[in-house]
Amino acid sequence: MPWDRNQMAARAARELKDGFYVNLGIGIPTLVAGNIPPGMEVTLQSENGILGLGPYPTDNEVDADLINAGKETITEIAGSSYFSSADSFAMIRGGHIDLSVLGAMEVAENGDIANWMVPGKMVKGMGGAMDLVAGVRRIVVLMEHVSKDGSSKFRKKCTLPLTGTNVVDMVITDLAVFARDGRKGPFKLIELAPGVTAEQVKASTEAHYVEA
Amino acid sequence: MAKKLHDGAKQALAGLLFDGMTIAAGGFGLCGIPETLILAIRDSGVKNLTVISNNAGVDDWGLGLLLRTRQVKKMISSYVGENKEFERQFLAKELELEFNPQGTLAERLRAGGAGIAGFYTRTGVGTVVAEGKDTKVFNGETYILETGLVADLAIVKAWRGDSFGNLLYRKTARNFNPMVATCSRNTVAEIEELVPSIDANLVHTPSIYVRRMIKAASNEKRIEKRITRKEA
Repeated sequence: MPWDRNQMAARAARELKDGFYVNLGIGIPTLVAGNIPPGMEVTLQSENGILGLGPYPTDNEVDADLINAGKETITEIAGSSYFSSADSFAMIRGGHIDLSVLGAMEVAENGDIANWMVPGKMVKGMGGAMDLVAGVRRIVVLMEHVSKDGSSKFRKKCTLPLTGTNVVDMVITDLAVFARDGRKGPFKLIELAPGVTAEQVKASTEAHYVEA
Repeated sequence: MAKKLHDGAKQALAGLLFDGMTIAAGGFGLCGIPETLILAIRDSGVKNLTVISNNAGVDDWGLGLLLRTRQVKKMISSYVGENKEFERQFLAKELELEFNPQGTLAERLRAGGAGIAGFYTRTGVGTVVAEGKDTKVFNGETYILETGLVADLAIVKAWRGDSFGNLLYRKTARNFNPMVATCSRNTVAEIEELVPSIDANLVHTPSIYVRRMIKAASNEKRIEKRITRKEA
């Protein structure tokens, strides 16, 4: 059985370490927040300008001045801080954020990522995606293994406009996990979703990777 | 010293608006946007504007109001996804658009305000953002040259302001406002609350950056995505 979205997010949460400062992208990556192991202290950053993201507010707590990068209402928690967007991206660009979990439309075997322009749709803009992939120490991508038309999203080369080049450290799909060290060399297949075989993964992956 | 606090947005903007000018606006989405000043700029009829703002508002609020009235010639933004009229004008080639990565945009405004002509960043290397820009290798890594941004007019929204022009922002409504406040010699701030003085330890934007100030007439603070959890 391939992993569902929450199981993919749970797998990504296993990459977290106590004390990490983490930025979660929009979409499946937001589910990682609900999968942080109990007892582990992870501080979430949102690039509009908050460190220490709390849960969604109750009806009484809703505050128009308190939103995340997805423009959703949120809350602050003990230890939270607010800062300008310039300070926020100094944290990101300066390598102070330990890990980011992002969605993607395509990842290439050389670590390139495309996740800001949807083909055939109006260009909405890259927001903070290019800054995140360029600055965060470790980039974990969460995406479906194949697109709706059945083609592999983990590819030899990205066909869509790039967000960054050679920036991806780990790819978690509904079928498998691929990882590499130091952004050098090929990705390795390190894990399969329960009941998924290496042959199945091979058959639905265009990218070159090393078998574990 | 000239009095910074003005009676209304129209008075505060008097003499500062002209066709073809560049206006930088604070805010992220609809959070921390200078609502009152945007309405006054719309009512002034000034046109052919280049607007620097992370987002472009929504169809009927924020900077979307200036798009509706066709006062904007060009937007410099990082994300404009919430605006149908924007999309229509852009696809009809009636509106120019320059996308900047969000952190690059924030730093360009900061740099512009700080007298820094340009800076090198890894953001956007190998992407369309790097096209036509100088690159330089530092410690074996490629960086691209981005330039500082300055504006003819900067408009910001703050929570509290004092009569000296010191500003304090509230929660994530701070966002782009502090850098936008610095990127022009003509910065007009709208504040929710006028206080006798802000504790000097807590000032976010020192008075030097604020030329004129008004008490906000509009504090609607629309929420784009109201997400709540059940009471525990």
